[in-house]
Amino acid sequence: MTPPTTQALTDEVRRDLLGTMVLIRTYEEAIRLVYYADKKPAFDIGAGLVPGEMHLSAGQEPVAAGICAHLTPEDALTATHRPHHLAIAHGVALRPMTAEIFGRETGLGRGRGGHMHLFDPSRHFSCSGIIAEGLPPALGQAFAFQRQNSARVAVAVTGEGAANQGAFHESLNLAALWQLPVVFVVEDNDWGISVPRSQSTSVASNADRAAAYGMPGVRVEDNSVEAVYAAAGEAIARGRSGGGPTLIEVHTLRLWGHFEGDAEGYRPDLKTVPEHDPIPIYRDRLLRTGALDDGQYQSMQKSAGERVEDAIEFAKSSPTPDPLDHLSYVFSEGVHS
Amino acid sequence: MTSTLSGHKQSPALAVEPDAGKRKLSTSKAMQEAISQRMMRDESVFVMGEDVGSYGGIFSSTTGLLDRFGPERVRDTPISETAFIGLGIGAAVEGLRPIVELMFADFFGVCMDQIYNHMAKIHYESGGNVRVPMVLMMAAGGGYSDGAQHSQCLWGTFAHLPGMKVVVPSNPYDAKGLMTAAIESDDPVVFVFHKGVMGLGWMAKNERSIGAVPEEEYVVPIGKARVAREGTDVSIVTLSLSVHHSLDVAEKLESEGISVEVIDLRSLVPLDREAIVRSVSKTGRLIVVDEDYQSFGLSGEVIAVVAEHDPSLLKRVSRVCVPDVPIPYARALEYAVLPTPARIEAAVRDAVAT
Repeated sequence: MTPPTTQALTDEVRRDLLGTMVLIRTYEEAIRLVYYADKKPAFDIGAGLVPGEMHLSAGQEPVAAGICAHLTPEDALTATHRPHHLAIAHGVALRPMTAEIFGRETGLGRGRGGHMHLFDPSRHFSCSGIIAEGLPPALGQAFAFQRQNSARVAVAVTGEGAANQGAFHESLNLAALWQLPVVFVVEDNDWGISVPRSQSTSVASNADRAAAYGMPGVRVEDNSVEAVYAAAGEAIARGRSGGGPTLIEVHTLRLWGHFEGDAEGYRPDLKTVPEHDPIPIYRDRLLRTGALDDGQYQSMQKSAGERVEDAIEFAKSSPTPDPLDHLSYVFSEGVHS
Repeated sequence: MTSTLSGHKQSPALAVEPDAGKRKLSTSKAMQEAISQRMMRDESVFVMGEDVGSYGGIFSSTTGLLDRFGPERVRDTPISETAFIGLGIGAAVEGLRPIVELMFADFFGVCMDQIYNHMAKIHYESGGNVRVPMVLMMAAGGGYSDGAQHSQCLWGTFAHLPGMKVVVPSNPYDAKGLMTAAIESDDPVVFVFHKGVMGLGWMAKNERSIGAVPEEEYVVPIGKARVAREGTDVSIVTLSLSVHHSLDVAEKLESEGISVEVIDLRSLVPLDREAIVRSVSKTGRLIVVDEDYQSFGLSGEVIAVVAEHDPSLLKRVSRVCVPDVPIPYARALEYAVLPTPARIEAAVRDAVAT
């Protein structure tokens, strides 16, 4: 299936898409600074204010911005181990999200989850650190929405590596069989950690796999936020109107490593990667066409910077969890026995 | 049937372990009744799994529910355990109360990630902000030559992994009350029913798989063991079908003046440690009977409970479990590894000999 033609978007929509991408990038750059700040001179993954694996989403902002522009807070979104862009675009509040990444009591999961396990029930947002395993729960959210006779949809995002997992294929079949209001989104960033998709995937486009399950499949090339916006708009409208699931694959870009600390020695395109950064490309296009002026862009950056700084200050100043409280929340009542 | 959704309604307080009365049901019928009564009361409850619809569950856990509630609420699924267990999780997160059947406990290998990394962990990872009120029920156990991949108990494996309650009833009364409690629980509950306690017409059964069950709804609280038989010489701590065998042995040995206490754990998580210690404090002799594999499991855990409390309580301790081999097919071999009444009796005689 060919992607839907990009509708003529209003300048306001275009600026909103860019604004979301700028906010995400500002956030990821700030987290990256914090992450490395106290891991010097020797990198110790378990040290510092933000310890542990850190999978940042720079370069993949067009996916999040293009999809989430169509979602309401009542729609569900499940993300992967690389979740920040999707969380931000879906409106997860930056303060508790950041506090969770910092492992603070004020975090989304009171410091029990961490950056791969962000849950915000107010946005029906969740993520899973296990490849493709966020899809099945999204089916259940869609199932609940379907039973409500509502127009709500669930969007389930994975990477292209996940499209070779059994959970992916089971989920597509079941969603199509029950005509669930789900949109599956594959972020093809070309790399499953260090393995290129040419060595992992038997088809040129994962969108082709949709045909095997009797659902529409569309591949968006060039990491184009407007093309994502168009494809997602059509798929989400299909889901809302009872037309069942859609599979979208977006050829996106992993601008940085699989996780921070990844030297990417396996990556032959390392030198040219920055040329493909979608944010300056899109910004320049909007400036060129007059959809955006310098003042608007600067205020976009300023606003993003202020929001991110506020969230990081909030996280830094929040209390860490009481170590004596480590048994709480295993179950809904009482302490684990 | 209706496909509209109303949120889960907390029931008015249900009776807790009321008198059993006179009406008799098999364990499978008691389970069906618990599910049916909950579904009548609560639109958010639905059933899903392989062959739970017109077949009624391979081991009769859902007989009659399709006719009563229709295919919207009693759903056959494709053979895609990862997808449909995960679907249950997402539905529970959004306020429904799914009862999902994994046909055999042995099949967890194809879907364990959803069970232990998602169903069991979301509540903790979310700092208590997201609940997963879901029942995952499954058949377990051997004794009918179903071979190494269809005869395992495996409850100890689920109990080892934090975040899910693990319930293992031995009889109709407990099965109904524990199923009601499981559906009402705001936490994920793994409900393991041994095929041998279901009272199925096509499998050898102990008479205890049919018993008195109240018609009204009631709960058996999860985490409370039952003294199935009082005694003074030796404590058998056990669960599920092995409760039946242990009671048979206890009755037989009574005439010889050997007094056996039988503790039916009813759940592994939470484990009723007090009930274990209380019984062993009385008898000083502990035998753990478990149809799960012996090593690294429930039997060692029960002994550790007593040892950590007061090792001097233990005059004698032994285990009657499945030794660490796959369950064999040939009947003679299978019954050599199962915790049969003969092995239990030998363990009791050995325990009281000194």
